[in-house]
Amino acid sequence: MSFLPFAVAAWLFLVGLYGIVTSRHLVHMIICLGVVQSSTYVLLLAVGYRSHAKAPIFADIPVGTQVVDPVVQALTLTDVVVEATVTALLLALAVQARKRFGTVDPDELGALRG
Amino acid sequence: MSTLPALVVAVPLLAAALLAGTEPVARRAFADLLSVAVAVATTVLCAILLSRSAGHEIIHWFAGWRPHGGVALGISFAIDPIGAGLATFIGVLTTAALLFSWRHMQAIGHAFHALMLVFLAAMVGFVLSGDLFNMFVFFELMFVAALTLTAYRSDERAPLEGSLNFAITNAIGGFIVLTGIALLYGRTGALNLAQLGQALAGHRSDSLVIAAFALLAVGFLVKAAVVPFHFWLADAYATAPTPVCILFAGALSELGLYAIARIYWTVFSGPLSAHASELRAVLVAAGLATALLGAGMALAQHHLKRLLAFATMSYVGLFLVGLAMLSPDGLAGSAIYVLGDGLAKACLFICVGILQLRLGHVNEFKLHGRCGHLVWTGVVFTLAALVVAGLPPAGAFLGKSGVEDAAAKLSYGWVVPFVIAVSALTGGALLRVAGRVFLGWGRPGRSARGQDESGEPASVGTEDRTPAVLFVPAVALLAAAIALGVIPGLVHSTHAAATRFVDRAGYAAAVLHGEPLSNPAVQGTHGPSAADWIYAFVGLAGALAVAGMALFGRDMLRRVPARVDAVLTGVRELHSGHPGDYVAWLTFGAAVFGGAFAVVLG
Repeated sequence: MSFLPFAVAAWLFLVGLYGIVTSRHLVHMIICLGVVQSSTYVLLLAVGYRSHAKAPIFADIPVGTQVVDPVVQALTLTDVVVEATVTALLLALAVQARKRFGTVDPDELGALRG
Repeated sequence: MSTLPALVVAVPLLAAALLAGTEPVARRAFADLLSVAVAVATTVLCAILLSRSAGHEIIHWFAGWRPHGGVALGISFAIDPIGAGLATFIGVLTTAALLFSWRHMQAIGHAFHALMLVFLAAMVGFVLSGDLFNMFVFFELMFVAALTLTAYRSDERAPLEGSLNFAITNAIGGFIVLTGIALLYGRTGALNLAQLGQALAGHRSDSLVIAAFALLAVGFLVKAAVVPFHFWLADAYATAPTPVCILFAGALSELGLYAIARIYWTVFSGPLSAHASELRAVLVAAGLATALLGAGMALAQHHLKRLLAFATMSYVGLFLVGLAMLSPDGLAGSAIYVLGDGLAKACLFICVGILQLRLGHVNEFKLHGRCGHLVWTGVVFTLAALVVAGLPPAGAFLGKSGVEDAAAKLSYGWVVPFVIAVSALTGGALLRVAGRVFLGWGRPGRSARGQDESGEPASVGTEDRTPAVLFVPAVALLAAAIALGVIPGLVHSTHAAATRFVDRAGYAAAVLHGEPLSNPAVQGTHGPSAADWIYAFVGLAGALAVAGMALFGRDMLRRVPARVDAVLTGVRELHSGHPGDYVAWLTFGAAVFGGAFAVVLG
C-alpha cells in the first residue's frame, strides 16, 4: 500500500485549513471547508483499498473474489450527505449576509467581540 | 421491551417529519402541543430505559444483526445508566425548552418544533449508541440541527455571524473525529466500540493508536469547547434563541466530554492505561485553563446570555477536571455535576428569557434596577445562581464534592482551590447580575463597549405579566436542581454506574457475547465530607465577595494595575468573532494537544 493517498489526505486537510484562516470571502471559505472534508474522503477510501481487488458488487463476480472494503465506501457516502447539508446551510447564510448586510467578507461582519 | 431502545430515537424523528409535513394545514397550537407531548413521551421512555438498565446493560441490535464469534456487523445501542440518565436529562431539558418557546418565540413555523425534536433524537441516539461511526452520525445530526436553530434569526447580524462561527469550527471538529475513526478502522476493521476495545486490548500503544486517540479527543474537545477551541461557544450561545440555549448550556458541550469518556473507556483504556497518569495531567491542565478563562470572561460580560455562555464554558472545564481523573469516582462526580449544574443553568436561561419578554433587553446595564417588580423571578434567579456557585445540598454541590474528593484521592488535591475559585468567580458574576438587575444595586454603568444588545432581536418586551408556561418550568428546573442533591442513594448508584462504565472487559462481554454485566460491588462511597461543606461555604462566600466587589468596589477596582488591565483587554480582544481567527486557534490547539499526547503517551 502506497503512502501517497495518506500524504494527499494530510495535504488537503492542511491546505483547506490555510484557506479558511486566510479567507476574505464567505463563499471561498465554505469551499475551503469542502476541501478539508475531501481529505476525509481520500483517507477513508485509501484505508479500504486493496491493489487489484474488484468493486464489492457480487452480482457478476464469484463469491470469494478479493474486493475492496465496502464499509468505508458506505462511510464516505454518509460523509458526503453530511457535508452537503452543512454546505447548503452555510451557503444560505452567505446569501443572507450578502442580502442583509451587503458583504461577504467575514472581516466586515464583526458584530461579536469580546 | 425489545423495541423500546429504537423508539426513543424513532418517535421524535417521526414526529419531526409529521410536523414539517403538516405546516401548511395545521395551526401553531398543534405544533406546540405535539412537540411537547413527544418530548414528554421520549423523556418517559428514557426514564424507563434508565430504570431497566440499572441492573444490567441493555444491548439492542437493530434488525437483529447480532454479533457472531466476537465480530459485530450490525449496529447496536448499548444502554447503561450513565447514558440513559443523560438521555432522560436531555428529555427534561427539551421539554422545558419547548414549553418556554411556546410564548417566547413568536412568529415561528413548525420547522422550529421539528428541528427541536430532531435535535432531541440526535442527542438521545448519541448517548445510547454503541457504535463509533453512529456516534459520529448522531453528532453531525445534532450539529446540523443546532446550527439551523442558531441561525433561526439569521436576518440579524449577530445570529448570522454566531452561526457561521459555530458551523465552521464544529464542521472541522467533525472532520477531525472522522479522520480518527478512519485510522482506527484501518487498524482494527471494526466500528463497534466493544469490538474496537477488544482489538486494541492486547497491544501496546503505537503511533497509529495514539494518533487516532489524539484526533478523536481533539475533535470532541472542539465540540466541548475546551480552550483553545472555545471561541465559537459564546458566539453561538449568545445569539441562539433563548429556548435553544437551554439545550446548548445543559447538554451540547457536555456531550463532547461524554464522547471522550465513552471512547476512552470502551476503546483506548487497554493500550493507554500504562500512561493514564500523564494523560490525566494533560486533561486536568486543559480543564483548569477552560474553567479559569470561562470564569474570567463571564465576569467581564454584561450581555446576560453571553455571560451565561461563558459560565457554561467554565463549568465544562470543571467537568473535564473530574473526568480527567480517569477514575470511577471522578466520572461519577462529573456526572452528578453535569445534571445539577445543567438544571440550574437552564433555569437561569429561562429567567433571562422572562426578562427579555417583559423588558426587551438582555443587557445588565439597560436592565439596571428596572426589574424590582419581578420579585419571584429575582428570587428564582438568585437561588439558581447560588446553586451554580455550589450551595449545599443541591445537586451541583454534590457533584462538585465528588470531583474534589476524586481529585484529592489521586494526589490532585491542589485543584480544589481552583475549583473553589471558579465557582466563586462564576457565581459572583451571576449574583452581581441579580443585585444589579433586581435590586438596583451598584452604579448605573456606562453602557459597556461592544455588542451588548446583539443577540436576539428585541422583538419581545411587551408582555406585562409573566406567563405561567415560562415561570412554572423555571421553578420546576430549580426545584429539580436542588432535589437532585437530596435523592437518597444517588451517590451510591452513580458510583456503581460509573464503575460499570469504566469496565472495558465487562462491556465487551455484554455487547459481543451477551453476558450480562452485573452491578459491581461498590464500597467506600460516601456523600460530601466535612471538608466539602467547608469548601462549598468558602466558594459561596467568595461568590458573594466577588459580586460585592463588582457592585460596590468600583473605586477599588479602578486601581487595578494597568498591566493586568491590558492583559484582560487583550484576552477579550482575542474573541474577535472572526471565523478565520477561530480556525487558526483550532489548528494551534490541535497541534498542542497532538504534541502533548504524542509526548506523554509515546
